[in-house]
Amino acid sequence: MRVAVIRFPGSNCDLDMMAALKTIKGIEPDLVWHEDAALGRGGYGAVILPGGFAFADRLRAGAIAANSPAMAGVKRLADRGVPVLGVCNGFQILVESGLLPGALLRNSTLKFVCKWTHVRVENTRTPFTSGLSEGQVLSMPIAHGEGRFFLPHAELAELEKNGQVAFRYCDSSGRTTPGSNPTGTLHNIAGVCNKAGNVVGLMPHPERAAEALLSPLGHPDGALVLSSLLVRSGGRRRA
Amino acid sequence: MKAEQLGLGLTAQEIATVRKSLGREPNETEWSIIDAEWSEHSSYKSSRGLLKLFPTTGKRVVLGPGYDAGVVDVGDGYVVTLHIESHNHPSAVDPYGGASTGIGGVLRDILSVASRPIALVDILRFGLIEKSGHSRWLLKNVVRGIADYGNCVGVPTVAGEIEFDDSFERNCLVDVACVGLGRKDDLILGEAKAPGDVLVLIGGSTGRDGIKGATFASKNLKEDAASERSSVQVPDPFMKKLLLDSLLEIVAKHGEVRGMKDLGGGGLSTALSEVASKGGTGVDVELKRVRLREDDMSPTEIMISESQERMLLVLPSGPGGGKDVISVLEKYGVPYSVIGKVTSSPRLVLRWDGKVVADLPSSLVTDAPLIDWPYKKPSASRVAPRSALPEDEPRLKDALLTLLSSPNIASKRWVYQQYDHEVGLRTVVRPGQADAAVMRLPNGRFLAIKGDGNSRQASVDPYAGAAGCVAEACRNVVAVGAEPIALVDHLQSGDPSDPEVYWAFRENLRGMADYCKSFGLPVVGGKVSFYNEDSATGRAIKPSPIALVVGLAQEESGLRTMAFKAAGDSIVVVGETRPEMAGSELSARFPKSMGVPSRSPRVDAQQDLKTCRAILKLIGKGLVDAVHDCSSGGLVVALAEMAVSGSLGAKADLALAPSTCRRTLETAFSESHGRFVVSGGDGAAIASSLRGAGVTHAVVGKVGGASLSLTARRSRLASVPVSSMRARWERAIPELMD
Repeated sequence: MRVAVIRFPGSNCDLDMMAALKTIKGIEPDLVWHEDAALGRGGYGAVILPGGFAFADRLRAGAIAANSPAMAGVKRLADRGVPVLGVCNGFQILVESGLLPGALLRNSTLKFVCKWTHVRVENTRTPFTSGLSEGQVLSMPIAHGEGRFFLPHAELAELEKNGQVAFRYCDSSGRTTPGSNPTGTLHNIAGVCNKAGNVVGLMPHPERAAEALLSPLGHPDGALVLSSLLVRSGGRRRA
Repeated sequence: MKAEQLGLGLTAQEIATVRKSLGREPNETEWSIIDAEWSEHSSYKSSRGLLKLFPTTGKRVVLGPGYDAGVVDVGDGYVVTLHIESHNHPSAVDPYGGASTGIGGVLRDILSVASRPIALVDILRFGLIEKSGHSRWLLKNVVRGIADYGNCVGVPTVAGEIEFDDSFERNCLVDVACVGLGRKDDLILGEAKAPGDVLVLIGGSTGRDGIKGATFASKNLKEDAASERSSVQVPDPFMKKLLLDSLLEIVAKHGEVRGMKDLGGGGLSTALSEVASKGGTGVDVELKRVRLREDDMSPTEIMISESQERMLLVLPSGPGGGKDVISVLEKYGVPYSVIGKVTSSPRLVLRWDGKVVADLPSSLVTDAPLIDWPYKKPSASRVAPRSALPEDEPRLKDALLTLLSSPNIASKRWVYQQYDHEVGLRTVVRPGQADAAVMRLPNGRFLAIKGDGNSRQASVDPYAGAAGCVAEACRNVVAVGAEPIALVDHLQSGDPSDPEVYWAFRENLRGMADYCKSFGLPVVGGKVSFYNEDSATGRAIKPSPIALVVGLAQEESGLRTMAFKAAGDSIVVVGETRPEMAGSELSARFPKSMGVPSRSPRVDAQQDLKTCRAILKLIGKGLVDAVHDCSSGGLVVALAEMAVSGSLGAKADLALAPSTCRRTLETAFSESHGRFVVSGGDGAAIASSLRGAGVTHAVVGKVGGASLSLTARRSRLASVPVSSMRARWERAIPELMD
């Protein structure tokens, strides 16, 4: 499967995402410059928006990238059901562009936080969780200043009812405790998906946890998220 | 206008030298260029002669001091590049902007030799945050400045050190080191060798920020230092990221860049004169072509502006020359302008609308005359040694818990969690896990990185204290399983015209140089920073030499962290503890009961080399699973840190540890060099290997339980739950800062 990793000016996890994808047999990643027309020519089985500080997070994290021509192309693909993943700044861009609900606010500590976290898989019907099992606990690092997911009460209830929460922060045994919530994010939410399930955003970095050597626990859990793209889901193999 | 009316930093003697050498009165622009270039910051005029004492060659050294970065061969065609910078004065005035631009500067140095920055290391010094709101404000904003800049450009901050001491209250120190990775064949130097080549200025525009920054850094801070904020540059990490990505793409595509130089202290003056002087050429530059942020800037202001995020490229001329380079710059939206050309006449010629506004020999600009300051050993210690009062001796447990919650020893998680230390997919051993950070290299090897200093010890004994910084950094690198391969240093002190300050500076330098020679460690670069004092109080900082050491480990199985790994493991203390309490954390925390001790830790590079080799051998044989060096807080703090990290207690008999101390508190907390604590399953085999290497050691106890239980033969000294130690160690800094 060919996967486009979009590089905005200021992206800084683009090469890391490329490297992580290259470790997965069956995935051929392409680094696509945001002004490049390659995205429109098609042929991509999935699109990934990597982390970083696209356009220096000017205005608001993700705000300028969300209105770039590249995102118009991503929206068209998303509407056709193509899997789209936004990680960290990529999640912020997806939220700003309206492809995902909610907002990502300043962490409750008011500080940037870089640490390894545990997240629990809440939903396996997305193309980035289809290789995982519900309740499975993964270890992946976060590194952001604005990752506190927020939605007004009624919309949050709707999101929960629809099963649009993909990942929640938890402790090592899978309990979603206040102590395991690093940013004050609502309902310990670490990742969400759209209603259709093909667009996913998450704050932790799967690409940083894709090799055992780079994980303090020695678990390449991030690779399981990325390789879900290749897993048969709903009886249909993604091309 | 005459030089005397321009408010220059030059001395009367220097002014006379310039006039004599040039045979005429330079104009204002020329004076300003010479002023910036002859500042201490740019010229090293007070230290250049002495820096020759450093050993700078070795089998791995590709490029030593004198270039933007030191370059070390790590095998298979790869090189690691190193540079250290400080931004002390700017950070004391504007901690956020000063710290940010400090990172910006060191990143450019790594980038300008065509290597990719892969790790940042921060070594910081502040006043006592327990007592001073000002120091807490400085710490908070320096850390935020480093985080915002480093995180944005995508270079992980993987290691560092912080020390708190009253002498830094008004003059904090912000040292930033950067490690880069490149290919030996791709290296580019800051030289303009071929007349006819064109000079292209890329990146940010030139504004009035940072005007005379190099001169600002070369004098003492004034009481109204806040009024000097316009001397602090404005950071733009986004432009830096674009510069970084575009230049690395140019290097990867083998774009034809003949020379590259970052614009740092001294701005265009420094960059132009250095590429010319290193290349044995001259330059002819039209200043009207420099892109300006404010359009009414004078030629003088343009030449000495230190606006950030700018680089100078030397590209081939003629049709098609540099086209591939320009197309990449355009893709990333990096502004550029061709400002002049390289000439065969070794002169710096600057024009304004074609008219020559400055014409100076490049060598006059770059070769400031050396200053040989008088120096004098302080006649007697200002504080006479006072003997201890054993009746007031703290209980071991109280002393331990007090030290664990001292900001000097307590966990620095509050700081390093604000830094992205993961980006780049290279960080294998992270902050807090071990004595040094470990990054993987593309050839399957591992690079250990650590920066160390100890200003208290460097102040008590400037020679041994400075040597001790190198010793400690080497131990830290060895503790993770790596062999030290290169060092960059940073010497920081007060006003060199004070003979006692200059004496201490010389001793610092000699101490480091001698240690490096004996240990066989090449110095590949460094930095000197004088005038770190407060003119309101006339108080200089404690001399603060810093050593940044990198080491190489061959394989993953040879990496170690400090956490105790398994109950039942034997604990072995390596090296001898001596009653060397001067400058120790215990003496600082318990000045009454510990008195004012006279002896500070001495160093023995030959012995240390033997010990370090023995430790690497233990790791190589797989005999030890945890390794930790003994430094701040001594033996008992080392045991406590291993216990807290591993969530495992231990029992240890302090009377068994090799020691010449009379008092138990000295054995427990003396900061003697040359020591490690290791643990492993087979204590006898560890002991036998150390015996074979001729290294002093003793098996002192075993890992296990939920407390650290310390005895001296049969008598019980203390038993402290790991959870209590952790609480003190982890909460100390957040409780002060949040």
